[in-house]
Amino acid sequence: MSALHERDLVALQAGLAAGEFSAEELAAELLARAQASQGELNALVTPAPERAAAQARAATGPLAGLPILHKDIFCTQGLRTTCGSKMLGEWVPPYDAGIVQRLDAAGMVTLGKTNMDEFAMGSSNETSHFGPVRNPWDLRRVPGGSSGGSAAAVAAGLAPVATGSDTGGSIRQPAALCGITGIKPTYGRASRYGMIAFASSLDQAGVFARSARDAALVLETMSGFDPRDSTSADAPVPRYSEELDQPLAGLRIGRPAEFFAAGLDAQTGARIDEALAVLESLGATLVDISLPRMEHCVPVYYVIAPAEASSNLSRYDGVRFGHRCADPQNLDDLITRSRSEGFGREVQRRITIGTYVLSQGYYDAYYLQAQRVRRLICEDFDRAFEQVDVIAGPTTQAPAFGLGAKTEDPVAMYLNDIYTIAANLAGVPALSTPAGLVDGLPVGLQLIGPAFTEGRLLNVAHQFEQATGHHQLRPDYTPGGAQ
Amino acid sequence: MTLAVQDLERLARLARLEFSAAEAERYQGELNTILGMVDALKQAQTDGVEPLAHPLDMAQRLRPDAVTEPEAREALLDGAPETRDGLFVVPRVIE
Repeated sequence: MSALHERDLVALQAGLAAGEFSAEELAAELLARAQASQGELNALVTPAPERAAAQARAATGPLAGLPILHKDIFCTQGLRTTCGSKMLGEWVPPYDAGIVQRLDAAGMVTLGKTNMDEFAMGSSNETSHFGPVRNPWDLRRVPGGSSGGSAAAVAAGLAPVATGSDTGGSIRQPAALCGITGIKPTYGRASRYGMIAFASSLDQAGVFARSARDAALVLETMSGFDPRDSTSADAPVPRYSEELDQPLAGLRIGRPAEFFAAGLDAQTGARIDEALAVLESLGATLVDISLPRMEHCVPVYYVIAPAEASSNLSRYDGVRFGHRCADPQNLDDLITRSRSEGFGREVQRRITIGTYVLSQGYYDAYYLQAQRVRRLICEDFDRAFEQVDVIAGPTTQAPAFGLGAKTEDPVAMYLNDIYTIAANLAGVPALSTPAGLVDGLPVGLQLIGPAFTEGRLLNVAHQFEQATGHHQLRPDYTPGGAQ
Repeated sequence: MTLAVQDLERLARLARLEFSAAEAERYQGELNTILGMVDALKQAQTDGVEPLAHPLDMAQRLRPDAVTEPEAREALLDGAPETRDGLFVVPRVIE
């Protein structure tokens, strides 16, 4: 029998059902592993042993007793929720996020909260107030971001699954760089009630797992209409886990030329070419397509996301919750100093850009122009999906980079998301599935589908996993081994 | 478009942030690099294209205008930095 931390969700479910171990023992063992890894990986901001033990004892439901970690962007009642920021460093929410409620109700056990880039702004998990997360494949490298703690934790066996949020690639990019599966569903698919807002026309909640099957089980449980989220989609949720075995014969897969242009690392490109050949051998047909506005995705994103962030983050004023400066002289001083002390550099940079592009005289040239180009990008996808069922390409240009390698150059950091941003702008679902290794480091195959085709994407990822076994590649990581 | 230090000071005031002189200089360089990248959008041909605010072009859902929120005053005040008599406390605003 494999060790508990090596098993996926379905294997753990079988072990619980057979009475091989209890939910409490499982939670305790994984929390001990998480604690032992903390000095190296820094994947957790807040472990939750008491909440986990209580949930494990009481667990009933379809996913009873199965452990999960939540990105620290999701509110958890009575459990500190920081969003990776000093601003919320000591904040304890009075309520649970919608997806946390659903997963709790299904019997899942919350082991704790994972580290992340501050307010989800980053692609390397280096902007967290609680320090960077390290990649279990190579501790000198980043895990990706912004959901870097969740990705590193699942890759290192601290939990079988974890939640994340994806505004421009924050689930798919770290999933790729940590060698696991990560899915961002359609905009509106999963409730954002209690998910701390970054850029509201782009943010979506999703899942990290070690297989497409596990991701399907968690996604179908956490998704669905929530009247408390005004952008929640009022549409039934299919049982994704029951669509996985569909054969790929007849599937049309689009290969966008723009995803294979200059900038793509040659070895990473070779893994993606191999992956496409595997999908072809499973019966899919490859179709060369074009997404001509790809070059505009990063600029559009870096107007729209900061604009929405500057508006969303105006709520942090040192009055109602969050950090407050000492000895405020007047209300203006209280707000200004609380924000300047509470927000880190990347957050302040983005608020400033957002304030600029929304300010009088620049609103038309930047914000409205970005929204117009965004419509053209959506139309590119509409045209592509008339020809193909799924679009496939690399998730990132290259494997994980070194800590500190891009922190001095914001544009180089932003270009990390060059292949992932488009799906957020168009609101369509996308996932990253392991595509093998480059020099011992994982890279990801990205699959993008039309709105509400999560089931098809997970089906393709599952068939790909069964054919390649790439999802079973694990880092050679032992907690405490580096000390 | 290039931002000068005075522009940054104005933006910081609007966003209720304050930068030291050294920070302002650093931000100025970084923001101009980012805006340089974003300026590529001006080349895009968008005549007659409607701005898109919502990815799935959904309309905002409405609900009956009825009170549905539970009473949570105590729980919400618990997270505040300073409260008194069930209210948030701020420095004196009227001299």
